[in-house]
Amino acid sequence: MASVALPQRRGLFARPTATKGFWSWIFTVDHKKIGILYGATAFFFFLVGGTEALFVRLQLAQPNGQVLNANVYNQFFTMHGLTMIFLVVMPMGVALMNYLIPLMIGARDVAFPRLNALSYWIFLFGGLFIYSSFFLGGAPDGGWFGYAPLSRLQPSHGMDFYSLGLQILGVASLAGAVNFIVTIINMRAPGMTLMRMPVFIWMSLVVSFLLLFAMPVIAVALFQLMFDRLFGANFFNPAAGGDPLLWQHLFWLFGHPEVYILILPAMGIVSEIMPTFSRKPLFGYAAIVFAGAAIGFMGWGVWAHHMFVVGLGPVATSAFALSTMFIAVPTGVKIFNWLGTMWGGSIRFKTPMLFAIGFVAMFVIGGLSGVSHSIVPHDAEQTDTYYIVAHFHYVLFGGALFGIMGGLYYWWPKIFGYMLSEGLGKLHFWLWFIGFNLTFAPMHILGLQGMPRRIYTYPDGMGWNFWNLIETVGAFTIAVSVLIFLWNVVLSRRRRMEAVADPWDARTLEWSIPSPPPEHNFDEIPVVEHRDDWWYRKYTTKPSGEPARVYAGGANGHDGEAGHGIHLPSPSYFPIIAAIGPVVIAYGVIYHVWPVAILGAVTSLVAFFGWVLEPQTAEEHH
Amino acid sequence: MASAETPMPSPGTHDVGAEAQHHTSTGLDNTKMAMWAFLGSECLFFGSLISTYLLYRERAGGGPAPHEIYDIPYTSVSSFVLLMSSLTMVLALAAIQRGNHRAMRVWLLATAFLGMTFIGGQIYEFTTFYEEGLSLAKSPFGSSFFVLTGFHGAHVTVGILMLLGLVGMSLSGKIQRSDARKVEMIGLYWHFVDIVWIIIFTVVYLIPS
Repeated sequence: MASVALPQRRGLFARPTATKGFWSWIFTVDHKKIGILYGATAFFFFLVGGTEALFVRLQLAQPNGQVLNANVYNQFFTMHGLTMIFLVVMPMGVALMNYLIPLMIGARDVAFPRLNALSYWIFLFGGLFIYSSFFLGGAPDGGWFGYAPLSRLQPSHGMDFYSLGLQILGVASLAGAVNFIVTIINMRAPGMTLMRMPVFIWMSLVVSFLLLFAMPVIAVALFQLMFDRLFGANFFNPAAGGDPLLWQHLFWLFGHPEVYILILPAMGIVSEIMPTFSRKPLFGYAAIVFAGAAIGFMGWGVWAHHMFVVGLGPVATSAFALSTMFIAVPTGVKIFNWLGTMWGGSIRFKTPMLFAIGFVAMFVIGGLSGVSHSIVPHDAEQTDTYYIVAHFHYVLFGGALFGIMGGLYYWWPKIFGYMLSEGLGKLHFWLWFIGFNLTFAPMHILGLQGMPRRIYTYPDGMGWNFWNLIETVGAFTIAVSVLIFLWNVVLSRRRRMEAVADPWDARTLEWSIPSPPPEHNFDEIPVVEHRDDWWYRKYTTKPSGEPARVYAGGANGHDGEAGHGIHLPSPSYFPIIAAIGPVVIAYGVIYHVWPVAILGAVTSLVAFFGWVLEPQTAEEHH
Repeated sequence: MASAETPMPSPGTHDVGAEAQHHTSTGLDNTKMAMWAFLGSECLFFGSLISTYLLYRERAGGGPAPHEIYDIPYTSVSSFVLLMSSLTMVLALAAIQRGNHRAMRVWLLATAFLGMTFIGGQIYEFTTFYEEGLSLAKSPFGSSFFVLTGFHGAHVTVGILMLLGLVGMSLSGKIQRSDARKVEMIGLYWHFVDIVWIIIFTVVYLIPS
């Protein structure tokens, strides 16, 4: 039967075969290339979102600022938030997950390579879709939280781009979450039991489950907003009996897990960097894993702390205040894990380690101001002031972005095959660290002095001038540090400091293969015998407890040339074609041009049929 | 999807789908795990829509109220039709597992036909409600009712497209007995959509406000 079935597996099209050049990136299903695409795209959006922030800071540098008018200011602060959350921090986490999950668990690719490519293209087109609104009458201008009923009343199409654009990005996240869950649970190398997995993998798993269950909730809220704005529905129209609080509940039921979606990957990254540069195993592995899982569960029970001043009543408010205080406990556990990892270690202060330590310090400050929000009377004072802005920048910039930057420095040699300059890296870190604190620490003070969020300007004589000017100076200091990072990338590439397979003397499997890894990742799928398996192949423990080099066993036997017999999934045309559909549908819906919407739907439908029918592998070319 | 190898099922043994074909850490099939994860996500999707309906069903805003407009006997019949389609879906899977391609196609078509009957009934119901004055824009009740049941109908429609796709693939010889997993996957989705309808029918139509 098989000999008859084989020719029948041919589809309408052959699969693409390019392995180098432009088209190999467009049609790739290789998790490493997709990871690089995610990272490059997210970094591009980071520069865009950062530029928006600089304009916001220029406008607020002095009282009665004239740089932006109120309308453009609203668009810029809304797009800054949307960009940094949905187009920078989330996809940066996904970029590293894509690149590292298969390498860290000893797999050749993710479970569904084509679905992985689809996620990326939907993410890219969704991001460009939202940004196209700037040229089509105005970008979203109702805040990243899009509170109703304001969001349904904003006159430009901006909030339509918000509702449909985030919907599209949500599809990409959902597909990615399903893919990573199956990959981590099902594609582990022999011996890679759950409790031997690197902490980054554990955090990726928790994040994937959070995405899986949070995305559908925001999807419903966004659909309701879309029906309100474009089809006259009354979900959030108080005049017709609609309840604006419904939006807040649905949004924050998504929004609080989203906070952990943003921070947990960074916690995973730091948990990889700390042991490597302390030359000690992670302190309390099980505790940090269970704390991460506990955060994943408890993150569902705290959403109403975003709503303490809307009048939920004392019982609900007290319950959410308590749950918010409790969720600080597993977070605190992790902090002590990292401190315990460094304690007594022989610490090497390389750039990734600096960012990791910076993460712990800054995240503690952000965590403590977060605990202060959980005290309801305190929160009533802070709500809608710059104190809140200070808090969430300390956790999302001081936390997530510090972690991600550390991760980029740490895995850069693995991904691109050359070392980044340590000198420029340290300069980057210190400017970034000082600029960050100059920008966001004064916001605590301004907030407590009563400066409200989201105002496009403020009068003279409020006592806010000095700290606002300092914040703007800080923001440009951060911008300079980012330019130094870019210069570091260019200069180090030109100098070509070749990276060896294991430049940091690290602990996990991705360092056992060449830098950059061959397309098939592992010549032979490793058999895992320990947590931090790669370390224990290099070192044995002396009776004194100190590590001793195993000279014979350290060789990995990988030369990257032995992969000729390994069948990898072939590239495919259909992920990028299928990803065009949702954006075309969205334009059609916004402007009520139904033939366009139908064209988009048909495009995706045809692409999915091609997807199902295309042959499993490309024709052999020699 | 992840594996290019499709080993021959050894003759004489009962082919239970693809579990045996993939080597995975848990022994569970990748595609099946992905489908279960996706359906878990869908629970939250419909959960949010149903919650919204429960919040808004009293808010008819001067338009038709739920108990004035629902035709319970009519919707009971269309619900019965949809539930029967789960039976035909099971029969289609059983047929391909026995290697009976013709019976599988018949049962798949029967499932799709029952699904289309349900969708036809829903279109008729929507039209009737609209003529009686309930529209998406009439009231929060109308908004939540049409969006909840409409998204369910959209899910059934996607299921019908996948069923017809399966029949087409079978006709061109692309569904082998060893591919029973593909039928099983679409069956999982189809049963899920049916179960959601049981909840919607109970919560929306049967429980009086």
